[in-house]
Amino acid sequence: MTKKKKKRIVTQSNNRCKGCRFCEISCPAEAISVSSEVNAKGYNYMEIDHKKCTTCGVCYTVCPDYVFEIIEVA
Amino acid sequence: MTEKRIPKTLVEDNKFCPGCGHGIINRVLAEVLEEMELVDMAIGSVAVGCACLMIDTFGTDWVQAAHGRAAAVACGIKRVRPENFVFTYQGDGDSLAIGFSETMYAAVRNENITAFIVNNGIFGMTGGQMAPTSLPGQRTTTSPAGKDPSLAGQPLNIINQMRQLPIAYLARGSVGSFKEIIKLKKYIKAAVTNQIEGKGYGLVEILSPCPTNWKMTMRGALDHMGDNVKNFFPTGEFIKEGVHTDA
Ligand SMILES: Cc1ncc(C[n+]2csc(CCOP(=O)(O)OP(=O)(O)O)c2C)c(N)n1
Ligand code: SF4
Ligand SMILES: [Mg+2]
Repeated sequence: MTKKKKKRIVTQSNNRCKGCRFCEISCPAEAISVSSEVNAKGYNYMEIDHKKCTTCGVCYTVCPDYVFEIIEVA
Repeated sequence: MTEKRIPKTLVEDNKFCPGCGHGIINRVLAEVLEEMELVDMAIGSVAVGCACLMIDTFGTDWVQAAHGRAAAVACGIKRVRPENFVFTYQGDGDSLAIGFSETMYAAVRNENITAFIVNNGIFGMTGGQMAPTSLPGQRTTTSPAGKDPSLAGQPLNIINQMRQLPIAYLARGSVGSFKEIIKLKKYIKAAVTNQIEGKGYGLVEILSPCPTNWKMTMRGALDHMGDNVKNFFPTGEFIKEGVHTDA
């Protein structure tokens, strides 16, 4: 029996973002860019292009502000 | 590959500036303490500097020592509560300027504590004064023409100071790139393990950006770390389980 592979997705808490751009600099798929919108703290937060994103998790690792999580969905 | 969830130990958003390395180090330390099931056993000792912003947001027990004295306080806590995991978390100004003696003597005595020193080359919280770790030529508010080593000394290298001591673990990591953050987590885990196994003093120095006081963008700060900071402060493990490495 083959197990159904779970899908990984990146979730974002945009109001935590301080717009430092470490994720944009580090993303190997160049899937992250800065938004023209500002969040509740007044920072331009980061946007992920989910078509380019490979859910590698680099953004989770480099982010100083706990914006990203990688979660599995059924 | 597994999920990556923000550690629950980070009970509130941190209060550091945009791009500050302290936030990454906080998260990596929280991951390690959770993976090793030490959160409820952990007592942290901070003193002053941006490190002490974490006592409100990082969900372990904390004691705030006087400026520079975090290691002395941690030694006292560990001696009376040997069953707890006891660590210091300090900036370079705090631990290596006014607190140099306390930092060194905890290692000289091979106290069974774990020290984390965040080297951002500057006094961050107070607005960017020169630290013992500031690089030659570095402009700070107290060295506006650039640090002159003939007046202020060469950057203080705590790893070199401690290399000959009979301690359990000694490493220098960095949060300057994804790969280095992955390595840093291994170093932190190894240092923590040495205390839990009763092997003695462990120190991890961590190179960290302070874009605010370096007056740099994030990219500029990361480039500066790779091009300049690491020349003075090479990374790696220097003592493992009491054995000196060739690094
Ligand atoms: C007795 C005393 N003297 C001076 C200060 C001012 N002071 C606050 S933080 C700090 C140094 C912070 O630098 P560092 O330890 O490198 O931490 P960072 O903010 O860079 O992470 C100083 C000197 C103080 N709090 N107490
Ligand atoms: S002043 Fe520097 S060390 Fe302090 S929170 Fe801001 S970036 Fe971090
Ligand atoms: Mg500092």
